[in-house]
Amino acid sequence: MHVVYPAVVAALLFSIGVYGVLARRNTILVLMSVELMLNAVNLNLIAFDVWLRDALHSGQVLTLFVIVIAAAEVGIGLAIVLAVFRTRRAIELDRLRDLGEP
Amino acid sequence: MIVSLIVVLPFAGAVLGLLLSRHPHGRDPAGNLAANKRAGLFGVVPTALSAGLTGWLVWENTPSTNVLTVIDTGGVAITVGLEVAELSVLTAMLVGVVALAVQVYSVGYMRGEIRYPSFSAFISLFTSAMLLVVFAADLMVLYVGWEIMGLCSYLLVGHWWEERANSRAAIKAFLVTRLGDVGFLFGIFVLGFAAGSFRISDVLAADIPTPTLVLATLLLLAGVAGKSAQVPLHTWLPDAMAGPTPISALIHAATMVAAGIFVVARLYVLFPQPTLDVLGVVAAIGMLGAALAAFAQNDLKRVLAYSTISQLAYMAAALAGGARDAAVFHLVTHGAFKALLFLCAGAVIHHVGSNLLHHMGGLRRAMPVTFWTMTVGYAALIGLPPASGFFSKDAVLYGLERSDSPIQLLLYGSALLTVGVTGAYATRAWLMTFFGTGKIQALPEPVPGTAHVFDGREAPATMLWPMGILAVPALLLGFTDAGEFHLAPAVTALVVALLGVAFVYVIWRGSPERDPARLLGAFRDPCEQAFYVDRLYAAVLVRPVLALARGVVRTDDEVVDGAVRGSGRATVGLSGLTRHLQNGNAQLYVTGVLAGVLLIAVGAVVLG
Repeated sequence: MHVVYPAVVAALLFSIGVYGVLARRNTILVLMSVELMLNAVNLNLIAFDVWLRDALHSGQVLTLFVIVIAAAEVGIGLAIVLAVFRTRRAIELDRLRDLGEP
Repeated sequence: MIVSLIVVLPFAGAVLGLLLSRHPHGRDPAGNLAANKRAGLFGVVPTALSAGLTGWLVWENTPSTNVLTVIDTGGVAITVGLEVAELSVLTAMLVGVVALAVQVYSVGYMRGEIRYPSFSAFISLFTSAMLLVVFAADLMVLYVGWEIMGLCSYLLVGHWWEERANSRAAIKAFLVTRLGDVGFLFGIFVLGFAAGSFRISDVLAADIPTPTLVLATLLLLAGVAGKSAQVPLHTWLPDAMAGPTPISALIHAATMVAAGIFVVARLYVLFPQPTLDVLGVVAAIGMLGAALAAFAQNDLKRVLAYSTISQLAYMAAALAGGARDAAVFHLVTHGAFKALLFLCAGAVIHHVGSNLLHHMGGLRRAMPVTFWTMTVGYAALIGLPPASGFFSKDAVLYGLERSDSPIQLLLYGSALLTVGVTGAYATRAWLMTFFGTGKIQALPEPVPGTAHVFDGREAPATMLWPMGILAVPALLLGFTDAGEFHLAPAVTALVVALLGVAFVYVIWRGSPERDPARLLGAFRDPCEQAFYVDRLYAAVLVRPVLALARGVVRTDDEVVDGAVRGSGRATVGLSGLTRHLQNGNAQLYVTGVLAGVLLIAVGAVVLG
């Protein structure tokens, strides 16, 4: 299988993730988009690891790291979302602008 | 050794008086009295010791030089030292005696005054500075004393600074003398660099080319005119009458104004003919103009102030005419009798509660001591025998008559005319103060600066004693130099002076209620305004300078501060534009980050 296919899929996934992060208002969906971007990167790592025939398989090792970190990140992210929802009764990103200039 | 003690003692008195005689609580009257008593001791005792030591120097009469140290400046070295010469000792004796009299007198005059301690301390400092000028062995040391005197005159003239006019007079005195001092300092520089030394003995002995000398002495003359109140810079002196009367006595007789004449006499051999001619013209204008102005004044102290300008011009004229010894002689006698006159005037003012002549009258019976001492003073001022002024004026006139100066006629004529006018104004002030009917009913509570309300008694003993003691030299000092007496000019001067006296007396006799100054007719107003010199200066100098100052203030406000404030405002304005980006929407920030990353990536690809 040519390396272009996974690369294109990864690029599409990443773009969807970027779009989600930049455009969605729901914080949970933004977190999901971040996951999409991370997985696009994972796909790239594995594809190129195979294509380059890396003897140490550092691409696959790094992918495992990323998966672990993504799990932790999502755990913390969802906890923050929960805390914000409890205090503000809202999780829309554009309503959380206390740091903005008045 | 002794000479340093003479200079340092009053200085030490000033320091002690300032440090140790502050009243502890300020509001406590008993504490104030104790502080004033301490201050009086610190003022009188060192001055008395200093005067006594000067007397010993006079008696010993050996010239000497004491050098403390030589300051190596890299250029011309400065010698810190004191020199005793005959002229210095004579002047120092005058300074010591008058300062002592003034110190004792102010104990009574300033009784109960809350700021008396600083007042007496400044008098001591003033005395010390004048003695430093007198004994200085080096032009730079002389200049130090010269400047301290300027400072002291400012402090003392403005003693009652609560009144706006007084503090203005003090500032005027300071600024006008300062104007002259700039010239004086540069004169010292020219002399010092031309002679290669600031030591007075070296400068006097140095062989300096005439053009340099003319330049240097003309510059010195500016300072002399400032300190000795000669014509272009005389305007501070009448206004300095705002100070307490003892200060007027000190400034007018012993210190300050005497310093200018003293310096010319001290450096006399340096003065070339052109400078002396300038001095002579200035003196000739000054003596007659000031005497006429004195005739029209309504304020007793201002009469005496203009009289001082006139008498100083006499000395300047004598110097210009080549009669240095006569000038010094007149300096000493004038110091004695003018101090006496001022102290008496102070007693009169203290008694009446007003400076104005038309508030006075008939005081002869109420104040017999003051009357007699002041009569002695006026006699000396007019030049009536046997008072001291008669002899010194005779010496000056004789010198001017014999002078080979190119402007001898102008000097002599002016001096003779002034003798007549002097007789007139002195008689007018004397008659209006002591004769006629008393006009004083209890005046309202006086403003600060005019002593006390009329109480119908003679002044306290601390004021009468200095007057009595000063009356002795004012009366008899002339005989010390009577060997130099010349009959012809004396008779001429006496006749002219008596003419002036008689003229005023006849006018006054006609109607004692009215001011004899009406004699001047339409000329009276210009005389009273001292020929509008003040107004001229106000129009030509003061107003442009004030306008310039206002312009500078405005420039500072609007241009310099404007730039600072403007940069602040510009920053705030610009930030108003960029702050809209910080709207709190995290997604917008991330968009920005992404756009930036994309830009950098594209840039790296395209350029790399």
